Amino acid sequence: MSGTDGRVVIVGAGHAGGTAAAFLRQFGWTGEIVLIGDEPLIPYHRPPLSKAWLKGEADEESLALRPADFYGEQALALRLNEQVARIDTAAHAVILSHGERVAYDRLILATGARARPLAVPGVGLQNVFSLRSAADAEGIKRALGIGRRIAIIGGGYIGLEVAASARALGAEVTVIEREARLLARVASEPLSRFFEAYHRARGVRFELGAQVAALDGTGAVEAVHLSDGRALACDAALIGVGALPNEELAREAGLTCENGVVVDEAARTSDPHIYAIGDMSCRPIALYGRRHRLESVPNAIEQARQAASDLCGKPAPAPEVPWFWSDQYDLKLQIAGLAFDVDRLVLRGDLDEARFAVFHLDARNHVQAVEAVNAPAEFMAGRQLIQQRKQVAPEKLRDMSVSMKAVAAG
Amino acid sequence: MAKITYVEFNGTEHTVEVKPGLSVMEGAIRNNIPGIDADCGGACACATCHVFVDPAWTEKVGGPSAMEESMLDFADGVQPNSRLSCQIKVRDELDGLIVKTPENQH
Repeated sequence: MSGTDGRVVIVGAGHAGGTAAAFLRQFGWTGEIVLIGDEPLIPYHRPPLSKAWLKGEADEESLALRPADFYGEQALALRLNEQVARIDTAAHAVILSHGERVAYDRLILATGARARPLAVPGVGLQNVFSLRSAADAEGIKRALGIGRRIAIIGGGYIGLEVAASARALGAEVTVIEREARLLARVASEPLSRFFEAYHRARGVRFELGAQVAALDGTGAVEAVHLSDGRALACDAALIGVGALPNEELAREAGLTCENGVVVDEAARTSDPHIYAIGDMSCRPIALYGRRHRLESVPNAIEQARQAASDLCGKPAPAPEVPWFWSDQYDLKLQIAGLAFDVDRLVLRGDLDEARFAVFHLDARNHVQAVEAVNAPAEFMAGRQLIQQRKQVAPEKLRDMSVSMKAVAAG
Repeated sequence: MAKITYVEFNGTEHTVEVKPGLSVMEGAIRNNIPGIDADCGGACACATCHVFVDPAWTEKVGGPSAMEESMLDFADGVQPNSRLSCQIKVRDELDGLIVKTPENQH
């Protein structure tokens, strides 16, 4: 291989893998590109699965990252419904489950994450779901409807988004959370309390600080048993208690792994011929001087760009501020940054009006993160402030009569 | 179909046919046109599909919503003809539309 004429094999045809393939062509890769995925669908958007898809407002075509004919037009070889069994790093080949070898000059791993299993009896019953794929979402959609009772185990983003969609469909929803508040690991306390109140006002019931002991039923799930002895009757259950990186292939191939495949700022693994991107990788985040595994679409795209730039000999793209979003009911939550080294929170706006932002400041008044609800200016300005490492005046930040432009200008 | 021309920051032009009903962002993504990232897939959540509408077309295209405007206010190199291309729906009247993409979307 010289320059850009070798064969790139991408394992994982999700948002990261699909985007990497497109970027490679965009950035001038002239060699073969093979995209191997274990699902039957062409690469698609996962975020709508818990929202538009459940509500019947999306179909396979609208979900697709790019239309089906894109792959032929761009000379991207799609191998769907294929499992990769292992990587032969010495011979530079991946071996599919039926024995076929696919040789590579460069390999990009983009195998994503899977739902963290819940270690209680009864999770194998019918109508017990997790939500990662379109197939999962289709199962949940069939189980929902007017008057159907769904128990959602885990008060994280997936659980809350499904709760909102399920209420829109007329289902009875109970969310069971082990911690004392929702979104305990991923959001500030004011945001948790706000979302709890918003969901309660729309008919969602909560069991906070509750442990699930077992799921029970004959054939299909009929109840969730809590450790305090109570049983919550249900027609379906969703387990949304986090995700684990699909790093086994990489680990067995001898790549360094530590809560995901360890990569550098160009998405390179410990093997010089192999990159890893998206949910499965643990990457440096320069802004925070840390390594972290991010589960988000923007991260998948950023790392796809890093890998494709490195492969095509393009300058490294500028580092981005990590960000996330979640849509529930009429709320648009946008989060920028990561809440590391936070000293205090500054609230801007009005929780009662469902239009506010929580700024996370470090001890020297640098914005580390911002959580914005229906507050796009606060989100955008916050993202900029995080990027610029600029100090802010907390009293201006909380004063709605001072515009975000003025706050950002210092 | 409407013909839309996307002009990269470096001047490279890409003219493609886009089906009415799709957004200007989707027209770029479907044709692998550089310069429009669209991280959020069209949810008006990220401002990574920022474009400058050619001055001859700004009136026909129209202005941004309040939400979009708040996002644009903090986008890199924003100008009066800035729009988020996920919020511009392609219609027959936009046949011939020209948009330019900024140097970067982040």
